[in-house]
Amino acid sequence: MSKNIKNLKIADVISKTAGKGWIYSDIVKDHFFHPRNLLLKNPKTGEFDAEGQIGAPQCGDVMRMWIKVDPKTEKIKKLKWRTFGCGSAIATTSIFSVMVTERGGMKIDKALKIRPQDIMKRLGGLPARKVHCSVLADKAFRTTINNYFRKTGQYQRIITEGTKIIDKTLNITERDIEEAVLEGAETINDLQKRLKVGIGDNSSLLEIEQLLRFYKEKYYGGSENRI
Amino acid sequence: MRKVYIDHAATTYMDKKVFRAMEPYFEKVYGNPSSIHKEGRKAKYALYQARKKVAQILGCQLAEIIFTGSGTESCNLAIFGMAEDFSEKKGHIITSKIEHHAILRPCEKLEKKGFSVTYLPVDREGIVDVLDIQEAVKPETFLISIIYANNEIGVIQSIAEIGKLIKRLNTARPPKSKIYFHTDACQAAGFLDLNVNKLGVDLLSLNGSKIYGPKGVGMLFVRQGIPIKPMILGGGQEEGLRAGTENLAGIIGFAKALEIVQRERKKESARLIKLRDYLISGIEKKIPKIVLNGHREKRLPNNVNVSILDIEGEAALLWLDKYGIYALTGSACDSQSLEPSHVILALGRPYEYAHGSLRFSLGRKTTKKDIDYLLKVLPRVVKTLREISPITVKL
Repeated sequence: MSKNIKNLKIADVISKTAGKGWIYSDIVKDHFFHPRNLLLKNPKTGEFDAEGQIGAPQCGDVMRMWIKVDPKTEKIKKLKWRTFGCGSAIATTSIFSVMVTERGGMKIDKALKIRPQDIMKRLGGLPARKVHCSVLADKAFRTTINNYFRKTGQYQRIITEGTKIIDKTLNITERDIEEAVLEGAETINDLQKRLKVGIGDNSSLLEIEQLLRFYKEKYYGGSENRI
Repeated sequence: MRKVYIDHAATTYMDKKVFRAMEPYFEKVYGNPSSIHKEGRKAKYALYQARKKVAQILGCQLAEIIFTGSGTESCNLAIFGMAEDFSEKKGHIITSKIEHHAILRPCEKLEKKGFSVTYLPVDREGIVDVLDIQEAVKPETFLISIIYANNEIGVIQSIAEIGKLIKRLNTARPPKSKIYFHTDACQAAGFLDLNVNKLGVDLLSLNGSKIYGPKGVGMLFVRQGIPIKPMILGGGQEEGLRAGTENLAGIIGFAKALEIVQRERKKESARLIKLRDYLISGIEKKIPKIVLNGHREKRLPNNVNVSILDIEGEAALLWLDKYGIYALTGSACDSQSLEPSHVILALGRPYEYAHGSLRFSLGRKTTKKDIDYLLKVLPRVVKTLREISPITVKL
């Protein structure tokens, strides 16, 4: 966790590199200007095994992914994508596509274990206010994999939306956080008061913060600025 | 590679003449204007000259010019300084939804303290309806603050007309419940008339950083006799309204900058209007699915603001930056707060329009060649980003 935070600072606008460098790390810059595994043309029927999309244009980010899986080895042979969003959203999808397909492809179960922190680490950090982009890539991938499970009849493997366990100690899920936000939780403190989330398992704090922001935007989008 | 700085509404470079006017006031004339010895008197005289210059432009008295540290400070002083007298009565303020945060945040703070604030809507073109102001006025209204020209979309409000309305309303009100009128003129200063009597304002905010002057200096016009209280207390400088040793070099520079932009504003406006309209029509011709934000004519000569659908503004800025073009977006992804532009939203446009909004603000060094370069690069950038986008939003 502390290592990630250190990385975040390096890439932030208000860093010591400000003025000299770019607002993102060199890796983010590279993936933004030279995105890998983009799918520019619509795919032919049967070209991919599944696709999935997440986000909304109102929120400023939409990610779509297409995957090709080797059914025997369960390795992800191809992950193609398109993203509407800021520089870090584009770079995040690009690096994620590399992470799951490099060295002959990652196994589905392993790929599902990639955390937003892991994506950020590969990117050389993201500015703190951009961390949610890495959460989105993670979500887009899960949606895509779920569609794959559905298409291949592996219903028991589908990860039901909102049941992803966020806090292992207390078994708190995304859905719990969503509900807390709907009941008026606005800050991490509010969430901790309600759910005691992240207290026993503080490795999840980053993800909790992003979920909080995500659901706040989803349900109350821009309400902080309501005037 | 060509470099096109087209973000003059963010800030301007300093005019060389301004810089030269400031130079003696760092080392040669360094006295404190409050000191009675010769060094102090020299500084005091220079300060007087600068104040006189500004007062002439505004058509006001010298004592009505209060130098501050920024446009934001001026706006804060106007709001908080006026509110102090009305804190017992929990007065009412009228402002607009498209003010700069330097006005909105103080208003929000006052609301928490029990004041009431009306945030007037604007129409689809960004114009405040004068009749809405009249309707919003309550017996406890003590302050109206409307931005002269908006920083994001450049829309110009009918300040003189609002000034007249307030004057008329005041004749029917008891003297103790007069309504005072403030305008944030920071963006307007380079292009519009600043005569406070023609505008009918009681308070007017300006700063140096948008007019080829120094950063870190602002000014608040305070009509004599209005019940304003200071926020910064100390040595009683600036008519007791803004304590602290005067930023002499900054004030000299500000006065010089204001003098130059005001002298040249008509000629420069005419030149920029041509370039502005050339840029707008170029974007409209070359890029499908765009909308111009803000009124087409009632806008600053240097402002172009467009929403480009299916792209996100920050990503567009990063590409433009790579090509040496420096602009601004109203996208949430580019703001510290992750909130999209409140101004674009106030126009009644959906969030995706704010995320895809770009502002180009032209300046003194902007040429037709710059605009041509921008018109060559921008369509390519938009095409690239649209290609990698999985969505198409309906216009």
